[in-house]
Amino acid sequence: MKSIKFLLVGIVFGTIMYKAQLVSWFRIYEMFRFESFHMYGVIGSAVGLGIIFVQLIKRFKIKSIEGQEIEIAPKDKGVARYLLGGTIFGLGWALAGACPGPMYVLVGTGAFSILIVIAAALLGTFVYGLLMKKLPH
Amino acid sequence: MEFILQPWPWYVAGPIIATIMFILTYFGKNFGMSSNLRTMCTIGGAGKFSNFFKFDWKSQQWNLIVLLGAVIGGFLASQFLTNDPTVDLNPKTIASLQEMGFENPGSTYVPAELYGLEAVMSLKGLLILIIGGFLVGFGSRYAGGCTSGHAISGLSNLQIPSLIAVIGFFIGGLIMTHLILPLIF
Repeated sequence: MKSIKFLLVGIVFGTIMYKAQLVSWFRIYEMFRFESFHMYGVIGSAVGLGIIFVQLIKRFKIKSIEGQEIEIAPKDKGVARYLLGGTIFGLGWALAGACPGPMYVLVGTGAFSILIVIAAALLGTFVYGLLMKKLPH
Repeated sequence: MEFILQPWPWYVAGPIIATIMFILTYFGKNFGMSSNLRTMCTIGGAGKFSNFFKFDWKSQQWNLIVLLGAVIGGFLASQFLTNDPTVDLNPKTIASLQEMGFENPGSTYVPAELYGLEAVMSLKGLLILIIGGFLVGFGSRYAGGCTSGHAISGLSNLQIPSLIAVIGFFIGGLIMTHLILPLIF
């Protein structure tokens, strides 16, 4: 039963990704050409409100549903991995037009060719695991 | 009801996404979709090849359930909450796509030129999807997160590494959109 709440979160996530057209290849293309405010509005308002949420959690020491103090782990320090990894991710994002959330949402819409993208993303993750010690981080 | 069937504006989508992040944090978890790729590699036995995949995947089971929900959400939204699945693009965007040979930009969510059966059956089309997916999987793990983990969760927590990652997302995206896509199409 504990799982139901996560399933519901996922359903809301999938619905919003589809209804705001965030799973559309075209919207990603349009965003990288700076020809629409839509994607920037979505990310900007999510981050704006997100900053407030995180500050509220920290200031008021809001406890989790299980009664524990919420700890939001800071990201590891570094530059190379974020810049290089980010750039590689961006190349793929603009080519396939789907990032690791929307690709599953697209499965639900019946765009089954996305399964090829998902399989390739799994392979990419696997190859990273093999090479990670040789990469600058 | 009409409002529901229309595409939802950014000022509805953004706050709901922030709320999803907040709820997952409240549940003692974190909002990051690309972790699921690593979890699935682990389930598939990738731990035999790299320690990176040696972890108790059951600790990430909740995230796989979110993923399953995302599939269901996509199904429900496309089947029952939408009567016109077209994307209203900027005319300039449409013109640039037509110049590259895209026939009906925005008439569907994903272009037939990439995701249609004919495209997938061609070597070029297949390679585009495989390379695109590979870069997304490799890059998100290398950067330690994707759009949800860095651009939403990380920036909300004012993390400099996430800002660097998002700058990287844009460097890559701009290179692909402006320099490479025109060469491919």
